Amino acid sequence: MTKRGFSIAVLLAILLLGVLAFFQPRQVTLAQGGTPTDDEVNRIARQLYCPVCENTPLDVCPTEACRQWRELIRQMLAEGKSEAEIKQYFVEYYGARVLSEPPRQGFNWIVYVLPPLMILAGVVLLFRTLRSWVKPAAVDEQEVEQLSADPLVRKLEEDLRRREK
Amino acid sequence: MTEHPASASRPGVPLWAQIMIWSGLLGLLIMIGIGLARAQQGTIQRGDRVPGNLTLSLYQGYEYNGQSQVRFDALRGKVVLVNFWASWCKPCEQEAAELQQAWESYQSSGQVVFLGVDYVDTEPEARIYLKKFNITFPNGPDLGTRLAQRFRIKGVPETYILDRNGVVQYVKVGPFQSAQEIQMIIDQILLRP
Repeated sequence: MTKRGFSIAVLLAILLLGVLAFFQPRQVTLAQGGTPTDDEVNRIARQLYCPVCENTPLDVCPTEACRQWRELIRQMLAEGKSEAEIKQYFVEYYGARVLSEPPRQGFNWIVYVLPPLMILAGVVLLFRTLRSWVKPAAVDEQEVEQLSADPLVRKLEEDLRRREK
Repeated sequence: MTEHPASASRPGVPLWAQIMIWSGLLGLLIMIGIGLARAQQGTIQRGDRVPGNLTLSLYQGYEYNGQSQVRFDALRGKVVLVNFWASWCKPCEQEAAELQQAWESYQSSGQVVFLGVDYVDTEPEARIYLKKFNITFPNGPDLGTRLAQRFRIKGVPETYILDRNGVVQYVKVGPFQSAQEIQMIIDQILLRP
């Protein structure tokens, strides 16, 4: 395998691993009865954003409204609702904007597709640029020979050599 | 003069990549522009028509004529007061009793409908609030904040009063000070054909 082929293979392998890691389903852990702990509540709360504050995850939001929402999560966990069901309830009530990760549908796909595409384009550009720096452009030997045969060029080269002496 | 042979073979950015990059940047700028324009729009104004297909789901015990949801086009012919509130909203409490008092004065006439839209709230807390202020007019959650988005509300409390044709005639940002203030506005709208 050539050096270039090896670089492309490594690049593709990294990209493939990134894509697989990105789309891997999340592990869902359910409350097993009793009163759900703060950790269990916060594990879900940190995946949701306060619907009335600017960019504040629910687990660290200090407002009264957020406290109510965390209690609601606790109540739903105690009722045996799954993480997906709780998130679905929040989406239904407060809109998809409460999710820390927008659902993969419709216009939202831009968020998932555009950044990897731009990174890929950046990698390709960087690769091409670096290659042009490291490897000098090939010299057309036939053209060099033709130029050397030109009496004017030969005279010019002789003059230059004489000057250097 | 002879061109250096190296310049011909130097790789540049391909045309397709240039088109993609510039298209992407243009798309991004358009999206930012639309977002900024929306942000500066403010709430809907007097004279704006509220879409008839808007629907409000209602809490059990707070239905409209026994129905668990109400469509705005079903209310044409009546003056409609739409009040956005939330149980976590302290200024909303200032006007809660006034709204109920005003509602009681129109309830029997059948010409006016009050709708409470509970904005990003939890049902248990909303019920405690409604009970605390003895509110009886139809109330329900703003599911998916669809109504809030259509009215482009900036916060709670906010109240919109629509005439018989579903056209906004009055916008109140913040709490009403008295039931008389609400009644005065509704009476003026009721006088119009």
